[in-house]
Amino acid sequence: MTVIPQESAPPSPPGGLEWIRKNLFSTWYNSLLTIAGGTLVYFTLINIITWIFKTADWRPITVAPLLYLIGQYPREELWRVGISMLMISFLVGMSWGVWKRYVRSFAIFLGILFTVLAVFPLETPTITLPIRIFVLINPFLIYFGYRIGRTKRVLGRHVATLWLVALLLIPLVILPGFDNSSLLPKVPTTVWGGLMITLLLSVGGIVLSFPFGILLALGRRSSLPMVKLFSIFFIETVRAVPLVTILFMFSVLLALFLPTEARIDRVIRALMGIVFFSAAYTAENVRGGLQAIPPGQVEAAKAVGLKNFHTTVLIVLPQALRLVIPNIVGQFISLFKDTTLVYIVGINDLLGIGNAVLNLNSEFVRLQMEVYLFIAIIFWIFSYFMSYASLQLEKALGVGER
Amino acid sequence: MSEQNKDDKPIIIARDVHKWFDNFQALKGVSMEVQSGEVVVIFGPSGSGKSTFIRTLNRLEEHQRGTIIIDGIELSHDVRNIERVRREIGMVFQQFNLFPHLTVLQNITLAPIWVRKWSKEKAEEIAMQLLERVGIPEQANKFPGQLSGGQQQRVAIARALAMQPKIMLFDEPTSALDPEMIKEVLDVMVELAKSGMTMVVVTHEMGFARAVAHRMYFFDVGMIVESGTPDQIFKNPQGDRTKLFLSQILEH
Repeated sequence: MTVIPQESAPPSPPGGLEWIRKNLFSTWYNSLLTIAGGTLVYFTLINIITWIFKTADWRPITVAPLLYLIGQYPREELWRVGISMLMISFLVGMSWGVWKRYVRSFAIFLGILFTVLAVFPLETPTITLPIRIFVLINPFLIYFGYRIGRTKRVLGRHVATLWLVALLLIPLVILPGFDNSSLLPKVPTTVWGGLMITLLLSVGGIVLSFPFGILLALGRRSSLPMVKLFSIFFIETVRAVPLVTILFMFSVLLALFLPTEARIDRVIRALMGIVFFSAAYTAENVRGGLQAIPPGQVEAAKAVGLKNFHTTVLIVLPQALRLVIPNIVGQFISLFKDTTLVYIVGINDLLGIGNAVLNLNSEFVRLQMEVYLFIAIIFWIFSYFMSYASLQLEKALGVGER
Repeated sequence: MSEQNKDDKPIIIARDVHKWFDNFQALKGVSMEVQSGEVVVIFGPSGSGKSTFIRTLNRLEEHQRGTIIIDGIELSHDVRNIERVRREIGMVFQQFNLFPHLTVLQNITLAPIWVRKWSKEKAEEIAMQLLERVGIPEQANKFPGQLSGGQQQRVAIARALAMQPKIMLFDEPTSALDPEMIKEVLDVMVELAKSGMTMVVVTHEMGFARAVAHRMYFFDVGMIVESGTPDQIFKNPQGDRTKLFLSQILEH
């Protein structure tokens, strides 16, 4: 038997100084470029940092940080927002315990966000110590929920039911309250605002439009001519109209046509517009997934005797939805940002609050840069996180590893 | 009652079955009777309608003229009849068609749980017995994508058997397999045939036909050109087309 001599491994890539010499200063013009580029980066950074800490005037944000979070929601009813937050934190924690890695990154993100908010070194009279402590409870509650969710007795459907209850209770009972109630006095939606409205509209829009969109996608492929025609008509009409127009239609026309006693709340009207809009796009995304499922799957399901309904729910949809997660999440990120358009129908979402603060007094008018940058960062954090979470979800579901 | 039926009445009756795809006529009056416990092999050139024919037997394709009666139930537009027939017929496809998002065990237990309304425990117990029977119990918790083609096809056979069908249809079950995997699938099919299962098999595996088939049917251009026992077909084929086709596939 011949012995194959061991070859020595190729040299490992150079580290540290060697890497710098090889990649940044290999020739004279490379060195020149490195120095020029380095100088540019250096001065840009210096400028940005001095602007943030010296030049910039952050008063539009620091005088009323709560305004950006909840708008004009009465401060004496602040606890209701707090309770809602605690409920969500706890449920996120429980979901993490039950569904593990599908929710893990989201739960950790939320925990970090709350912790940072609680200890953020911002000197302002409106953020009192009790508020900070209240915010700091959230990360602990997430962890507490996680420990409970991990136990054997808690099942996925329990948590799903709790979510359903919370998602109905918060926007319909806790936040609006009732007439003539001393515990939960009525808070009209006219004073709701800020991030709270942005999140309500986007979460509501996503949660409601998703099943609606799936039904439309299935309807478009239905063999029943009326169902098919309606789906195509709905999808194509809604997609042909800008969101601004739809929002106007719902906000103005709906109010005109309905009798005054049956007036629908303006936030709900805006939400309906968003749901309509988003459902049409979801439907087209889901249809793409449905078309990618080979006909053999349906044949196999039929051959073992499954009814059409079971074939769709157990075989076709799980595969189709898995395929279109990236598209759907992309669409939801757009939707999240598009909710800023409700500003034009008079709802003070995060961006609306920013504009309102800028017009508060003559000193603030020139501070657009600061306000818009602050709002942009909030949107960036949420959007970036959604896209990160979708990547995690794809990995967990093993997309592309069929 | 069904015991009596077994002796006198064929479990599959197809009379003068016609099928068109738009203007193309795929089946031009196919008639066939299969007794309970019989193994029937259908062969013929591609495009001869053999796959289309067995797909009409469980209504994956709709026939437009003629009669098909499975175990006393006539296939028509009546959805309930179609569902009843499909519960009695298992089918194995050329491309396996396993559900890629479910584990092997879930693939097999899905229909018993949702169609037969068995408990999960009962379905899983029977699924494990079937996996033993096809020789891959250790793969129960893997996903189809992690298995070889031969293993996938054996799972597909177990999935079809889980519904405890009276009839099994095989649509070119070994055509998509690498050569070294054909035998493991054929072994399972031979065992099944010997256990007394009624089988209709579209295949070009002539060794399988010789070993277990009771009758063979040669299809060409949408018709049955010739039929007979394996002995008659192999030793003394009548038609020129049959002779030519047999010489082509037996050459190697």
